[in-house]
Amino acid sequence: MGLEFIEGNEAIARGALKANCDFFAGYPITPSSSILHHMLNKLPRVGGVAIQGEDEIASIGMCIGAAMAGAKALTATSGPGISLYSENIGLAIIGETPLVIVNVQRQGPATGAATKGAEGDILFTRWCTSGGQPMIVLSPATVSEAYELTYRAFNLAEQYRVPVFLLTNKEVCVTRESVDLERVELPQLVDRTRVAIGRPCLPYRFKELHEAPEFAAIGGDQITRFTTSSHDEAGYLTSSPEVIQRMIDHYAAKIESAEEDIALVKQDIEADAETLMISYGITSRSVAVAVKKMREQGYKVSSLTVQSLYPVPTTTLRKALVGIKRVIVPEMNMGQYIQEIQRLIPAGVKVVGVNKMDTTLISPDEIIERGILS
Amino acid sequence: MSAAIDTYLTNEIGPLPFCPGCGHDPLLKALDKALVKLQPDPAKTVIVTDIGCIGLSDRYFTTHGFHGLHGRSITYACGLKLARPELTVIVLKGDGGCGIGGTHLLNVARRNIDITLLVANNFNYGMTGGQHSVSTPLGGITSTTPMGNLEGVMDLCGTAIAAGAGWAYRGTTFDKDLPDRIAEAITQAGFSMLDIWEMCTAYYLPRNELKKKDLVDIMGRNNLKYGLVANNPRPEYGAQYRATYVDTTTPESKPRTIETKFSNNVTRQTGIVIAGSAGQKVRSAAGLLAQSSMYSGLSATQKDDYPITIMTGHSVSEIIISPEQINYTAIDTVDYFVLVSEDGLKKTKSRIEQLPSTCTLYVEKSLELPHTDAEIIRLPLIATAKKVNRLSIGILALAALVKDSDIINLDAFAEAITAFQKPAIAEISLRALEAGSALIQGREAINR
Repeated sequence: MGLEFIEGNEAIARGALKANCDFFAGYPITPSSSILHHMLNKLPRVGGVAIQGEDEIASIGMCIGAAMAGAKALTATSGPGISLYSENIGLAIIGETPLVIVNVQRQGPATGAATKGAEGDILFTRWCTSGGQPMIVLSPATVSEAYELTYRAFNLAEQYRVPVFLLTNKEVCVTRESVDLERVELPQLVDRTRVAIGRPCLPYRFKELHEAPEFAAIGGDQITRFTTSSHDEAGYLTSSPEVIQRMIDHYAAKIESAEEDIALVKQDIEADAETLMISYGITSRSVAVAVKKMREQGYKVSSLTVQSLYPVPTTTLRKALVGIKRVIVPEMNMGQYIQEIQRLIPAGVKVVGVNKMDTTLISPDEIIERGILS
Repeated sequence: MSAAIDTYLTNEIGPLPFCPGCGHDPLLKALDKALVKLQPDPAKTVIVTDIGCIGLSDRYFTTHGFHGLHGRSITYACGLKLARPELTVIVLKGDGGCGIGGTHLLNVARRNIDITLLVANNFNYGMTGGQHSVSTPLGGITSTTPMGNLEGVMDLCGTAIAAGAGWAYRGTTFDKDLPDRIAEAITQAGFSMLDIWEMCTAYYLPRNELKKKDLVDIMGRNNLKYGLVANNPRPEYGAQYRATYVDTTTPESKPRTIETKFSNNVTRQTGIVIAGSAGQKVRSAAGLLAQSSMYSGLSATQKDDYPITIMTGHSVSEIIISPEQINYTAIDTVDYFVLVSEDGLKKTKSRIEQLPSTCTLYVEKSLELPHTDAEIIRLPLIATAKKVNRLSIGILALAALVKDSDIINLDAFAEAITAFQKPAIAEISLRALEAGSALIQGREAINR
């Protein structure tokens, strides 16, 4: 026990190691590069492998190969790299590959202000590949949450056999903070369910739509198949509309049916408040300061910090919206997650965005002036 | 011992699906013969494919199968092999895949990862309508080169060899010794590849005069060697990685942790900026101040700003210390500003102009400041640092700040230095700490 002074990227690497991650491949890009450095140093010490790929496509490709061989794989990049991951993210979805992908957002589009923070990739991360499947996306606000949510991302990836995003920001990842990681409470480690030894393997067999199929590793005793193509439960290519639709429903059901299990929302509710702040990531910390200031001035205000951006924690959000007249959604982009909130808002409730992406943090005063008092 | 395996092909989903006369059929049968010769355990063997007609192949084998995205099979194969070194990894891809995934061919050859690549090279894209590929012969008619191909032919083996491939072979599906060559490739302890020329009866043959014997002639006309092109084994990457990097016997040393040992005089969130030049160890000094504050029972954050060309220009660090948890990590109102060089001044000029009167600015006395409301404390930082060590100016300046402001105890600063710096460096830093705090004895405050 004791404090350390570390940046978010190191916490991510340590969260991954804590979750028994044993494979990393990534390509250098500011501001995620130091995750690559940490993993290259740490993994060989636990018998794992870390490698710098020739590009982002190779990096995530190697991760998918390793994950299907049984490894717990991590890759990390920034927004531009997600563009290059895009097609392989679809592969991880259709192939039901457990994989954790870190997006340390920087200001964009394109190269943008490469060393500065922003959160312009919220909807991009959600919809980053063809086919329109649900995605699990977690967003930490602090260095210790970066540690915790990386660990949790591995659990979710293993449980549902999906790629899981840790969507974060330069402001969390290359800012050093005083933290005590040993005091972070972590759930039990989850491992993918494996095909029982001696049983023949149907690699994509599931009973209930929402169940992840049992895993057989490539190179394990049961012969198995992995495929990018629409397939039946044996992993063979199929053109049957019924089988294809069932698989599509399965990919969706795995995540949608688990919305409440995946939901991570920090709630700071004040009785009778008619104003609700909804925020995530680094901006939620400015919100915390703004809320404190407003309460000191006698305003009643509640606040939700969404850690699991996707699937949208609809149940929790709807509950919190009861009796609310005004919702404020500050974001370091020009208004993205606010669109998810607007879908849930009852008639007559005003939704206000506080937005900028000039590379600077949204300050508590900006939130008060442009959100609460406007 | 179990009976020998007499084929690795399976009829489970029917016979091979290729067009009559397609070269993929004899290619897969040659691969089967090679496997029968080598008898690998099917459970320790994986066939990796990507997109193109040859991508249909993995499912016809009794081994593990991995079917991925167009041109990316090599990347999956490398992941599989690195995660499970005991696997025999065979990649089947087309000439199309070699085009779109060219960089993976270069890099697997360069790294020398132990996979075997079979290129089913039929000069065009058979799956998408007979378009030209990187290997379409000059003059070849395809759906995208209707007047004949004008693009040069990629020498796949030569390209891989230039990148470092140790073993490469070029042949055709008509070669009697193809199974033996494939077997030889698989037994190589490193990257090996076969560029196997063959016929696409659906698209390429109907449009082009091409006979079996023409294949070898085209090789000759393009100066492409027929047969074994390279056999220069070198160390395999995975084996080297495991020998050089993997060491599970010496765990990473536990990170040093910080306990509260000193008191502080900080009553609210306090923002400190230090601005200097690359090479002045500004970031490391700022980190030590933050850690000193942690020794004093405070929370801390640090952000750094410097150009991507890290050895030139400015280096600015922002430290926040607070008796409470720090939420907002930007400094809108600076409490202490430390300026040690011209580069730092250039970068932060407009910020200095806006400093409030509540801010104390510790500045190298030779610097010409813009107008500011801050209380200015001019100190001979550069001259003093020269006496200790040029690189210690950051610590020296922050020591002056600590001494003057009394936000924390200088002993906490010394504690951080001793704990986090190597002894030889710490010794210099401790002298800088002393020299910096001594500057405050007779300080000269000038408000302008």
